[in-house]
Amino acid sequence: MSMASVHSSTPVPAVSHATETGALEEKVAVRKLNFFYGGNRALKDVNVPLYTKRVTAFIGPSGCGKSTLLRILNRVYDLYPNQRAEGEVLLDGKNILDPGQDLNLLRSRVGMVFQKPTPFPMSIYENIAFGVRLYERPPKAELDSRVEQALRRAALWDEVKDKLAANGLSLSGGQQQRLCIARTVAVKPEVILLDEPCSALDPISTAKIEELIDELKDDYTIAIVTHNMQQAARCSDFTAFMYLGELVEFDTTSKMFTTPTDRRTQDYITGRFG
Amino acid sequence: MMTLYQRRKLRNHVVIFFSLAATAIGLGWLAVILGTLLYHGAAGLSLSVFTENTPPPAAQGGLLNPIVGSLIMTTLAVLIGTPVGIFAGTYMAEYGRFSRLTHVVRFINDILLSAPSIVVGLFVYDIMVPPMHGFSGLSGAVALAVLVIPVVVRTTEDMLALVPRELREAASALGMPLAYVIGKVSYRAARAGIVTGILLAVARISGETAPLLFTAFNNQFFSANLLRPMASLPAVIFFFALSPYEEWKALAWTGALIVTMAVLALSITARALASSRKTS
Repeated sequence: MSMASVHSSTPVPAVSHATETGALEEKVAVRKLNFFYGGNRALKDVNVPLYTKRVTAFIGPSGCGKSTLLRILNRVYDLYPNQRAEGEVLLDGKNILDPGQDLNLLRSRVGMVFQKPTPFPMSIYENIAFGVRLYERPPKAELDSRVEQALRRAALWDEVKDKLAANGLSLSGGQQQRLCIARTVAVKPEVILLDEPCSALDPISTAKIEELIDELKDDYTIAIVTHNMQQAARCSDFTAFMYLGELVEFDTTSKMFTTPTDRRTQDYITGRFG
Repeated sequence: MMTLYQRRKLRNHVVIFFSLAATAIGLGWLAVILGTLLYHGAAGLSLSVFTENTPPPAAQGGLLNPIVGSLIMTTLAVLIGTPVGIFAGTYMAEYGRFSRLTHVVRFINDILLSAPSIVVGLFVYDIMVPPMHGFSGLSGAVALAVLVIPVVVRTTEDMLALVPRELREAASALGMPLAYVIGKVSYRAARAGIVTGILLAVARISGETAPLLFTAFNNQFFSANLLRPMASLPAVIFFFALSPYEEWKALAWTGALIVTMAVLALSITARALASSRKTS
């Protein structure tokens, strides 16, 4: 069967991929989503699913709205006035754009890692323990093991186990980014949003993060925004191509990178523009 | 006939000459001031300056009561002014970052920042001294606190504004309530800068004389009673320097030296803190 491309003018719900990849559940379903920065419409009727325990990559030229889309999924845009979303974003079937949605609760379920590493100005240990303590008050021994688990999960434990009291800012850029991933994982979210997590990192650190993404998808639903086409191809199961605020095409990564349906996708992937 | 290149070189030399001359004049005055202070003030420096009270005319004595008075009033002013300043600065940089009220407060604060301190003294005199039936250390501290607030508001807002947006977003993205984001993340990131602002405010009020003349006035005797007139170094310098007595004049110079050294030490500490912020 052929996969339908999703045009903004004629929004088509995501096609079931069940025949190819086994049972897929929609962890997050974005429906007819519009987003406004003041009067400027940055997203136009976007429809896209995030499948449970799969990695979905968002690609497209700068300013196409992919980061904007990500920032809606945990409503971090809510920190700013004059930013407004319309439409539906269903997390396990419940619309998170609902005004009654508890934002802190939502963000504990939908974690985010940013482009620039953002360790808090405190010790490595505290960077992780802090997030855990927001939701639980585990005894010291359990907290220690949670910190260790999270750091192991982010492949950082061996590098920092002897200096947990050191300031998080003393780590290298790649280590800082893994610390941020560890911090996000430690609060046990269900969805992890990665906003160009490797754009400030060298190739070795990038490779480590990509390995990590591959391991994390066993437990989490992941969305990653990237400018790096190879990265999208390497570490995602599904790819969404966005252009000028529209979702142009969404499909399995293998299909998107071999036989895209839309001409614009083809042009972007082959480097003709963007 | 000069070539274009030679003309530019000549012009460069002229500009460098004027820049260096201006710098030399500025630094020269500072050196002369410090030198004069040391010359006149250092001679009077002795242990008795710190152990004896201000003397009656034409007698020997020290500066114990104004030193203690200055310490008490400065400390109290910081205790009153700092929380107000930090809370206001926090509102402006965090909660009310995008609100109209913030612009209004910032504008008013800037006016307060540059208000002549004598006006502040007169204002506090009017609201406190007649109702309390007399000059008091408390009203002196309040007048100084009014001078502390705008400095702390300004530096707190500026330093919090320097905290990267991403850091706040990251903290919020963990599900952290805003009060935690501010208290545990923003404050920590801006701590050195905020402390620097407080130190600068202390340095600013340490030398203020005008607001104290109307409020704390002066006291020839030792007094730690906040409801009575209280001596302070700047006020004692003012009264003693204008007096005809050599002993008083000498003490005024010594007092000036002590104030200057204290302010210098605070400024250097503030500088050191500010530069450690950049590297950490």
